[in-house]
Amino acid sequence: MPILVLAEMTDGKLMRDPTARTVAALSPHGDVTVLIADAQTGEAAEMAAAIDGVSQVLEAGSTALAHQLAEPLSMLLARLAGEYDIIAAPATTTAKDVMPRLAALLDVMVVPDVIAISGPDQFSRPVYAGNAIQTVKSRDRIKVLTIRTSGFAAAGTAPAASIRTVAVPDAEGCARWIADHRADSGRPDLTAARVVVSGGRGVGSRDAFAMIEGLADRLGAAVGASRAAVDSGFAPNDCQVGQTGKVVAPDLYIACGISGAIQHLAGMKDSKIIVAINKDEEAPIFQIADYGLVADLFEAVPELQRKL
Amino acid sequence: MKVLVPVKRVIDYNVKIRVRADGSGADLTNVKMSMNPFDEIALEEAIRLKERGIAQEVIAVSIGAPQAQETLRTALAMGADRAILIVADPSFDLEPLAVAKLLKAVAEAEAPDLIITGKQAIDNDMNATGQMLAGLLGWPQASFASKLVLREGTAEVTRELDGGLQTISVALPAIVTTDLRLNEPRYASLPNIMKAKKKPLTQMTAADFGVDVTPRLEIVMTREPAGRKAGVRVATVDALIEKLRQEAGVI
Repeated sequence: MPILVLAEMTDGKLMRDPTARTVAALSPHGDVTVLIADAQTGEAAEMAAAIDGVSQVLEAGSTALAHQLAEPLSMLLARLAGEYDIIAAPATTTAKDVMPRLAALLDVMVVPDVIAISGPDQFSRPVYAGNAIQTVKSRDRIKVLTIRTSGFAAAGTAPAASIRTVAVPDAEGCARWIADHRADSGRPDLTAARVVVSGGRGVGSRDAFAMIEGLADRLGAAVGASRAAVDSGFAPNDCQVGQTGKVVAPDLYIACGISGAIQHLAGMKDSKIIVAINKDEEAPIFQIADYGLVADLFEAVPELQRKL
Repeated sequence: MKVLVPVKRVIDYNVKIRVRADGSGADLTNVKMSMNPFDEIALEEAIRLKERGIAQEVIAVSIGAPQAQETLRTALAMGADRAILIVADPSFDLEPLAVAKLLKAVAEAEAPDLIITGKQAIDNDMNATGQMLAGLLGWPQASFASKLVLREGTAEVTRELDGGLQTISVALPAIVTTDLRLNEPRYASLPNIMKAKKKPLTQMTAADFGVDVTPRLEIVMTREPAGRKAGVRVATVDALIEKLRQEAGVI
């Protein structure tokens, strides 16, 4: 079964981790071709060719594809679609922008946030903020999927697959990129980190949030936040973990001053070990925490950082 | 300009859903329903455009069970000028592709300059309808908007992406889908709720549009997610570190 995977790209660089996890999710079910589409593609195409399970790489280089805008990307994918049974991408904001538009162009449904594949047309995905898992069987000829990468391990490396250049259709030119405003923390990427330290409303202020960042740096961890912490301005938007933010499944998730609303749990409840530090012993977060510490986080977090 | 805002009636976001034991879906009997939170944000943005004199008319549209009329009355009470209800078979949740096709027909009839919709519904968590509608209409899309600035013939939109924010400009007509931080939706006041009862609400059925709404995805089963085994309480930071090192082996 021929499968096309849209690689996750940022400014001509391959985001290997989400791409390799998507390849690993799909390669047991067919021949995986990876599409590298951006203004610059050379280095990314070579890196993608060396991912285990990739049988071919398609390289689509054009300034029209810079910044991963939905209109040119979906048009390119629609042109390539005829040769594939499954078209998939890691469930990043780029894919969530592009893949439904592609599906509409092909007159098929999109199956977002796939967490399990139980056959060529049968997929499972979380609904109701992760409070139910739905298994669906697709009746469409071409299946358009996004893969929730936190549930799959990243594929390793293998001898390089072949690379082929593909033509890029002329852009409609209806959307124009103006600027990026990236939050560059120097910490590991939240969705790929092995350890995540998160702060919630209980942290109280932007200044106090530095305590969460201090513990994260001590552990080489990524920093997360609840929606309450983000809305209160304690942490930037792209730190938000939850149904409407990022979904993470690290080995260790430390929730500090987070009550554990449904919306937040949807983004982290598949973590291997969950630690909750909260002074409210009734907080719902304790119901899913493997280790709970009822304590004032302004004492416990610095002590934890000191003793690690 | 004319702004169209699709809104969905969903289970209230505070309700913890129960999955039916037979795997047939979530139990929605006697459960509180509300307007999808992202759609409230979309509506608020449209109403603010009207208050600033940029938009002349705001039309709310909903597709689903007859009870979606209540959701539209809420939209009218918040400030929408009129509403369109498209009644569809309530025995299943219409898929985003079917909804997008029905909305395309509405968009062609109403010719709005801008469609603002929520980024995702909190029941099926699809995050697809706005993008699908944009694809079907051949319009540009600006998804996950946290800021919207309208200029002559274009919309400048700041979008919330994984790595931070991105600003793009789209030519109108366009579709914008809203993220959480775009605005803080207002509450409808009692006088406005009363006035909303007199505002026009047009009712149609999905069959009026000749759109095939047969689901493309057959729901095989809906189950509870795997539960986590009960955890333990530790008394001190030292005990926590000991557990993480010796028992869990994660640090």
